Amino acid sequence: MPLDAAPSTVTCSLAELAVGDAATVRRVGGERRIVVRLLEMGLVPGTVVEVRRRAPLGDPIELRVRGYALSIRRAEAAGILVERP
Amino acid sequence: MSASPGSAPTASPGSRPTATAAAGAAARHPTILLAGNPNAGKTSLFNRLTGARAKVGNYPGVTVERRTGALALPGGRRAAIVDLPGTYSLTARSAEERVAVDALLGRGGSTPDAVIVVADATALRRGLYLATQVIDAGRPVVLALNMIDEADAAGLRVDVERLARDLGCEVVTTAATRRRGIDELAAAVDRALVGGAGAPAPELGARLEGAIARIEDAVRAAGLADDERAVRTLALWAALSVGDDELEVPDALRVAVAEAHDAARAEAWDLDAELVAWRYRRVDAALDDALTGTHDDRKSTSARVDAVLIHPVWGLAVFALVMLIVFQALFAWSEPLVGTIEAAVAATQDAVRGLLPEGAVRDLIVDGIVAGVGNVVVFVPQIALLFAFITVLEDSGYLARVAFVIDRVMGGVGLHGRAFVPMLSGFACAIPAVMATRTLESRRDRLLTMLVVPLASCSARLPVYVLVTAAVFDPDVRVLGVLSIGAVVLLAMYGLSVVASLGAAAVLRRTVLRGPRPTLVLELPPYRMPGVRDVLLATWQRVRRFLIDAGTVILALSIVIWGLLTYPKDGAAEERWEARRAEIAATIPDAEEQAVAIAATEQAQAGEALRRSAGGRLGRVIEPVIEPLGFDWRIGIGIIGAFAAREVFVSTLGIVFDVGDADEESEPLRDALKGAEREDGAPLMTPLVGVSLMVFFVLACQCMSTIAVVRRESGSWKWAGLMVGYMTALAYLASLAVYQVGRLLGLGVT
Repeated sequence: MPLDAAPSTVTCSLAELAVGDAATVRRVGGERRIVVRLLEMGLVPGTVVEVRRRAPLGDPIELRVRGYALSIRRAEAAGILVERP
Repeated sequence: MSASPGSAPTASPGSRPTATAAAGAAARHPTILLAGNPNAGKTSLFNRLTGARAKVGNYPGVTVERRTGALALPGGRRAAIVDLPGTYSLTARSAEERVAVDALLGRGGSTPDAVIVVADATALRRGLYLATQVIDAGRPVVLALNMIDEADAAGLRVDVERLARDLGCEVVTTAATRRRGIDELAAAVDRALVGGAGAPAPELGARLEGAIARIEDAVRAAGLADDERAVRTLALWAALSVGDDELEVPDALRVAVAEAHDAARAEAWDLDAELVAWRYRRVDAALDDALTGTHDDRKSTSARVDAVLIHPVWGLAVFALVMLIVFQALFAWSEPLVGTIEAAVAATQDAVRGLLPEGAVRDLIVDGIVAGVGNVVVFVPQIALLFAFITVLEDSGYLARVAFVIDRVMGGVGLHGRAFVPMLSGFACAIPAVMATRTLESRRDRLLTMLVVPLASCSARLPVYVLVTAAVFDPDVRVLGVLSIGAVVLLAMYGLSVVASLGAAAVLRRTVLRGPRPTLVLELPPYRMPGVRDVLLATWQRVRRFLIDAGTVILALSIVIWGLLTYPKDGAAEERWEARRAEIAATIPDAEEQAVAIAATEQAQAGEALRRSAGGRLGRVIEPVIEPLGFDWRIGIGIIGAFAAREVFVSTLGIVFDVGDADEESEPLRDALKGAEREDGAPLMTPLVGVSLMVFFVLACQCMSTIAVVRRESGSWKWAGLMVGYMTALAYLASLAVYQVGRLLGLGVT
């Protein structure tokens, strides 16, 4: 009997995560030099990232990655594809 | 005594130091680089290692600060330590960012004999990225795990031996602000200098090896390096750095990098992501082996403090309070110190005047040089206070939160969140504010901010506003029944100042300082207690740089302006005035009356001398140019004098109007202005002229000290010139518009 093929994970952009959500980075997209910077700051595919909070004015957002706090704007977060259970 | 790094002869880039060669190099003064992430306590470690006797300069060709100092190694040798800018990786997009990789590979100088990499022990999973890059470059490396006390407190344990084995270099734990581990670090460096380079870097894996091989060929062909490790380091660096950059790189290399990326894309993988992931896999492997204990940072003190400080309501309240304190410090707390300095300058002038015979030389020394030095030193209290504050804000980690909170507003006009504190400080005084732009990482952001800061309405403009509003507005007229019209106009000037700053930033960002879209990728470090010694040291270094670099320019300009406003003199006229005073002394018996009459002659004499001077004549010459703004030659002289410092406008006007030594509160000066008439008999200072004049002062760059500091911080006269140019144009056009439109509409002409 064929198993149900429905995916058990959700793929979305980092910007779509709610505060408190954690997910795994799948792909970093956007302008190349920003992509390289984000990768080198630790947002490498396979890394777990958590959305800690938003700034009082809504933007930027504070992430928790590799044991430290990193803040990026929603525009950049929108280019990061993540997967969460 | 400190050895200058450039003088240390080292092995050429092509050779691997053998034991004997290394011993030879170590016999001379070795050069050691200090690299590490920002917020890892690198500066603090540098201060402990060099004992605070650092020299500050620039890297050749770029306005990147370069600190060098001397380290006493065990065994008696002295090494030169060169502090590299804090960086998260060797990847570079601009000449400024390239400094680290160039220094590491000895390009444009000599290769370092050893490198100390400083890492924040609580952020190793990110921090070791740079460490592996440096280790792979081939020079002897010692890894300093700084802030080890914080790691211990957080429950993190590092097995130092395992880590050293996994990474292939010596590892030492330190806590720089507590002076722990410094000796061990020096000993490790000593061993590394003799030991030579560590193990070669691990393989990249088939896919990456193939991609990088192409780039390595281009590196070798361009003659950029011949040592295999240097070739690989440069190739890896180029793979991530080259492409939509501002680097000077041989075309062949550029092409090779582009081809490597295209080839990867054609095979459905990303070269950038693979390279970075490869390196992070090594970091993770080493830490999985050597690092134990996790810390749930949600319960940490930093997290709890952040809950308040970034809270929408409390956070903004604390933020406003902190900014208020900074501002108040600049505005008010520096005043007593400034007063003391001014008194000291006056006393020195009197003393020197007494010592020297009358004449031009004495005048030059007393009114030119001593006053000029006074003009420089008077800024020290504000600079020291602001930098002490900024260093505390930065080292404590709060400055990153400020940038985080305010980014949305600043980002809108293309400014970085960290530009907020400098811009706010500009409302007290632009000089320390321009210097404070150093906290911005990108050169473009620094330039943009420093060109716009002088538009903030500084405290020196206040005397001008106060004098003008008192002279043209009736103090009893009320707006909305509460505010006097003078106060409303004053507020309007501050509002104009804010609008102009943000507008100028937006325009400059789209024209002269066009560049890649600014982004925010900001680390929020844990809150820490700043080390008192480090704060004082940083403040002192900043003040010293100001005195040496900007101070000389300010002094020179002071003397020039003094000369313009004093010469040429007329000896015959002076004799006539002396004769008049003798006459008064002889004919008026009453002592008080006599004193008043003599004072009047002195004021009239000063006025005449000023009008006769080069500066005075210049006022006449520019009159046709400033007439459309509503000004006449007397205001013109005031504007010329104000170039020395804006508040000098008031005292200069005092002299021009024969009132003598006046400040903005002076009744005689106000009356003189109210009663002043143009040549055709019409009143000079109408409300419209008053507003036009204030608008001019809001927007014009009338402060030679600002120009000197911008020149210093930007590295060339070009940017300072641009600033003067655009601000003058802006001020002229705005003032023109206000006056002409006002006249057309018949506003405030009476």
